[in-house]
Amino acid sequence: MSTGFSVNMTYIRRAFQRRRKEPSMAVHNNTWRDYALIFLPYVWMLIFFLLPFLIIFKISLSVTEIAIPPYSPLVTFEEGAMQIILHLENYTSIFTDPDGTYIRSYLKSLQVAAFSTVFCLLIGYPIAWALATSKPAVRNVLFMLVIMPSWTSLVVRIYAWMTIMKKDGLINDVLMALGIIDSPIQMLQTDFAVYVGIVYCYLPYMVLPLFSALMKVDYSLIEAAYDLGCRPVKTFFSTLVPQTKNGIIAGSMLVFIPALGEYVIPELLGGKSSILIGRILWQEFFNNRDWPLASAVAITMLVILIIPIMIFYKIERREQEKLYAGK
Amino acid sequence: MRVNKPAAARLVIIILTLVFLYLPIGTLIVYSFNESKMVTVWTEASLKWYGALVHDKAIIDAVGISLLIAVLTSCTAVVIGTLAAFVLVRVRSFKGESAFVLFMTAPMVLPEVITGLALLLLFVTLGNVIPFFSDRGVIAIWIAHVTFCSAYTTVVIRSRFRELDISIEEAAMDLGAGPIKVFFAIILPAIMPAEVAAFLLSFTMSMDDLVITSFIAGPDSTTLPMLIFSSVRRGLSPEINALATIIVAIVSVCTFFAWLSMTRKQKRMAADRAKAARAMLIEEKAVIEHRRLYKSKA
Repeated sequence: MSTGFSVNMTYIRRAFQRRRKEPSMAVHNNTWRDYALIFLPYVWMLIFFLLPFLIIFKISLSVTEIAIPPYSPLVTFEEGAMQIILHLENYTSIFTDPDGTYIRSYLKSLQVAAFSTVFCLLIGYPIAWALATSKPAVRNVLFMLVIMPSWTSLVVRIYAWMTIMKKDGLINDVLMALGIIDSPIQMLQTDFAVYVGIVYCYLPYMVLPLFSALMKVDYSLIEAAYDLGCRPVKTFFSTLVPQTKNGIIAGSMLVFIPALGEYVIPELLGGKSSILIGRILWQEFFNNRDWPLASAVAITMLVILIIPIMIFYKIERREQEKLYAGK
Repeated sequence: MRVNKPAAARLVIIILTLVFLYLPIGTLIVYSFNESKMVTVWTEASLKWYGALVHDKAIIDAVGISLLIAVLTSCTAVVIGTLAAFVLVRVRSFKGESAFVLFMTAPMVLPEVITGLALLLLFVTLGNVIPFFSDRGVIAIWIAHVTFCSAYTTVVIRSRFRELDISIEEAAMDLGAGPIKVFFAIILPAIMPAEVAAFLLSFTMSMDDLVITSFIAGPDSTTLPMLIFSSVRRGLSPEINALATIIVAIVSVCTFFAWLSMTRKQKRMAADRAKAARAMLIEEKAVIEHRRLYKSKA
């Protein structure tokens, strides 16, 4: 009897241990020292990252007032009784605006972000492939050259494109000298310029995850597919794409999510037609000083972004676990 | 012929990429040495705009503020990133772990306008209770920058932490070293390259940030990107070309050193691997020899 009982206890203990993730990796048992280490990063992020979002949500439920701060309080005390007034006007006005400005700019942002992601993927994949399959010495140099522009200032890079896309800029001059066009084409203040700017600035975010995925690819599979008579396109989709799936998704999310709220690039390169949601938020906040509406715009944007962020988070998590498992 | 196809394709891709990436920057640099005030019309070579830059007090002030914030931010973000990386790799399962991971990764992907607005509203709200926060100067910008830079420093340092051999730490502990001693004598030297990389990364991001800073900054604290942005919005100016050229020059020098250390590290690793392989070969030979002798004896 007694042995049976102890066996059962071991089973129970094992079952509990298994519930903890990978018990072999849990090197320390949690001590006060661990909690002391967690304390600073955790509290910092709670105060300066989580709390702000609660405040944004709170302010989005108030209305604008000419006061300091310029919004109505949610909780008031009148005649000794606490009153909570929640205004949903900001959210309804986003959706029922007579001109449809907000809805249109959301759709426009989604369109620009989606197309930019596709362009980045189409341009970034060959670049990542070229990097991953070069000789190690060449690869290092190229890798640095691809990343270096992203270490210089974003505004400077956009400014550089403004100079060459101007009416009398380099691109128009070259095209005219070659006789391809007769008169300069308007490139600045168009959606085209916005796409060029976004692709130029976000390309490294796409190339890096693709590059690390392509470095791990088993290239003998491609040769095998060729030997078995597979056509190049089919080979690509049946060997490379499945093996680099996580890199493709991670890169796409890294471009799509920030591109959706991009402000600087459409502001400097885009015209009146590229009113993206980031610009709307900026205008409501800085020009109209309507803080509650700007908060409501931000919350709506967050709701749209929750799905892509969760996908990105899940992929990251999976990659991390793979790394641990590999160790 | 088939074999050369990928190589040719690779060359074309690489050339096109480099043209796309460096044509705008190259043009910018060339026109910074132009005498004319018109940014796109070449007259003659001159260093006049660099001279103008040195005497522009607004730019010098903005550079000062940006550098100060960038140094403060990088130091803090590296400390927070090291703590967070240690916790994520070594402690692993603790209460609220997945929330912690979310906090540490979310600032990397969220659109800057949202983060900027959120942080500003936080400072305004906290400012009502604690007056210290309502002064939206260097300290407020520093807090905002640390918040998004810590996410990046954590990722960089964490990946190095994972490569560490825990048995060395355990050996030190067994020999009587305390946790603090172990950290400074063993862990810190081993993760130093990642600490430097994380420092440089948060330094460049702090120097470059425009959107979040614009939300936070009060009227007295204009950083360099804010100044460039407002001047670019007014129109093209050769002075900005000169400033951009200096930024590109500094970044290129840093990139060169980064490349140098990367190649050195790889060479060292390759040499270590060769050594290990040689050692294994010798051992194998010894084993074979031993077996042969043993057999001949028997």
